[in-house]
Amino acid sequence: MNKLNFLKPDKNNLYVYVYTGSALLFISIFDVFLSSFFNINVTSYLPGPVSLLLPLIIGLFGLHLIRIEFSGLKYLDLLNKNINTSNFNGALTLLIIFAIIMATPPSLSWFIFDANIAGDTKEACTGSGACWTYIKVWLRRFMYGMYPNELQWRINVSFILLIALAFVGYFSGEKLKKFLTLYYVIIYPIIAYILIYYLISGGSFGLEWVETGAWGGLSLTFIVSFFCLIFCFPIGMLLALGRRSNLPTIKYFSVGFIEFWRGVPLITVLFMSSVMFPMFLPEDFFMDKLVRVIIAISLFEAAYVAEVIRGGLQALPRGQYDAAKSLGMGYWKMHIFVILPQALKLVIPGIANTFLALVKDTPLIFVVGLMEIAGMLGLAKTNPKWLGFAMEGYVFAAIIFWIICYAMSKYSYNLELKYKTER
Amino acid sequence: MSDPIIKIENMNKWFGDFQVLKDINLSVEKNKKIVVCGPSGSGKSTLIRCVNRLEEHQKGSIIVDGTELNENTKNIEQVRAEVGMVFQQFNLFPHLSILDNCTLAPIWVKKMPKKDAEELAMNQLKQVQIDDQSNKFPGQLSGGQQQRCAIARALCMQPKIMLFDEPTSALDPEMIKEVLDAMVNLAKQGMTMIVVTHEMGFAKEVADEVIFMDEGMIVERANTKDFFANPKNDRTKLFLSQIL
Repeated sequence: MNKLNFLKPDKNNLYVYVYTGSALLFISIFDVFLSSFFNINVTSYLPGPVSLLLPLIIGLFGLHLIRIEFSGLKYLDLLNKNINTSNFNGALTLLIIFAIIMATPPSLSWFIFDANIAGDTKEACTGSGACWTYIKVWLRRFMYGMYPNELQWRINVSFILLIALAFVGYFSGEKLKKFLTLYYVIIYPIIAYILIYYLISGGSFGLEWVETGAWGGLSLTFIVSFFCLIFCFPIGMLLALGRRSNLPTIKYFSVGFIEFWRGVPLITVLFMSSVMFPMFLPEDFFMDKLVRVIIAISLFEAAYVAEVIRGGLQALPRGQYDAAKSLGMGYWKMHIFVILPQALKLVIPGIANTFLALVKDTPLIFVVGLMEIAGMLGLAKTNPKWLGFAMEGYVFAAIIFWIICYAMSKYSYNLELKYKTER
Repeated sequence: MSDPIIKIENMNKWFGDFQVLKDINLSVEKNKKIVVCGPSGSGKSTLIRCVNRLEEHQKGSIIVDGTELNENTKNIEQVRAEVGMVFQQFNLFPHLSILDNCTLAPIWVKKMPKKDAEELAMNQLKQVQIDDQSNKFPGQLSGGQQQRCAIARALCMQPKIMLFDEPTSALDPEMIKEVLDAMVNLAKQGMTMIVVTHEMGFAKEVADEVIFMDEGMIVERANTKDFFANPKNDRTKLFLSQIL
């Protein structure tokens, strides 16, 4: 029986088990590494299935040997507690590690080693990997759409100004702190609108007019998302309050509004905004397509934001309302100072969720002929000179969207931490 | 005899079909301390919540300091600014510091300059001995400290009347005394108080009159000495025998 002792790792021979186990684990991972990176199969003399499963079996045995509770080694305990609690968990861990190792070489070679970036034509792409030349050539279109090349500085300038103005909050003195909310909620959007109207759209001050149909690419994604985010939030907040109002008119209007917009698909809304809506307007009344789209998306997302905020309002204990009322606060003071700050804090994750969805919904504006980044991709991939590079384009767009959304989700997480107070 | 500061006449209240308060007649004079007691579900809390209209009454009238409580929002807000209330669950605003909890209403409801409001708040916090905690958040304080802060917050509105809705019921036993001490202090300063509580010791020490309620009615109202020495009603006797 003594010989079977090695099947039950214990603390007495801690280091023997740890070293043997680690060595076996290393061998199993190294074997997979060799076969996927260098195509060397060390165990090729064994029958196929055995050769395939061997790393898993060796690895599992290694994990089994190092599964020693309360070993006193910090990292070993951490490992055992989190990924090596049982044979099943150990197997899952190993399989995931193997999958990552196996997926690395092909993706690396597609992205980097076999990819091309030199040259300006399709012919420059000779490798079997990605053709980044395509992205390079089309980059301006992906960023600015059909906006004339020589005027693109106007977009750059206004975006840089807007970003700079967004950081005003960090540098304002103590005295101006209380105006910050006002600044961000009202003044900043107005500045943004003025900048975009006069600088990007042009038409006055000697700047050439560029119609919104020519705008596009990533800059359009930003413009649409920015204004929709800014508008849908306050509208959603009012709708959420309205839905809980005691006044029947306001209440049923809010309910009707929310249920209507949540019930129709965004694509229909966009289509209506560009085709149906102008029919109801007076003849000489002109509203730009982009403006109509922004209004449509804002109203659409406002309905979702409203329901998210309502969830937060309902989560607050009734005592908070009682306390605020008993201090003589009226409806608006109570909501502005007591209820909304707490409710909004609760729903930051939900709001972030809605906002991320909004940003990723913006490509849908292609149905009304506005081409933001994904729309431009659709255009570029059907260009006769550049057929066959859809993959590169979509990967590129995916990376850009991922960066935007990840930044937003990080920011929302930071907000959550910042406003965290113990209850 | 001066005019009563709170005057309730034939007040009735229903929750749906259930009648919680039946024909309540109650007048309270200035500077009087009144303790309301009775079994749970007897309508004590509802009664004092009606005084600042956290609950609406359906019949009868309530006049607080010359202002009748009715549909008029302005009246209600005026009364609420004059009537402070302390709750069983403290109900501090968890997103604001202790000091901000106290200054919020004076600044925004009474339009007091921020500096004056802070000074006033620090004074009130000193009275209840938590001025050293003023920068903390409610969640960082013990229950007793939170309740004392709630008292200070109500007092910052410089109310004429204070309502206490079972202020010690949610506290650990060793914290009850500190809150009661703060209330006794307040009583000595001559505040008009209506206190719903089961702390009979407090009633004996502070109250001018005790009201016993059962099933939505005021069963007995007597001055404190008589109430404890020789209660008239049988239900009062039973209640007292159970809790004393």
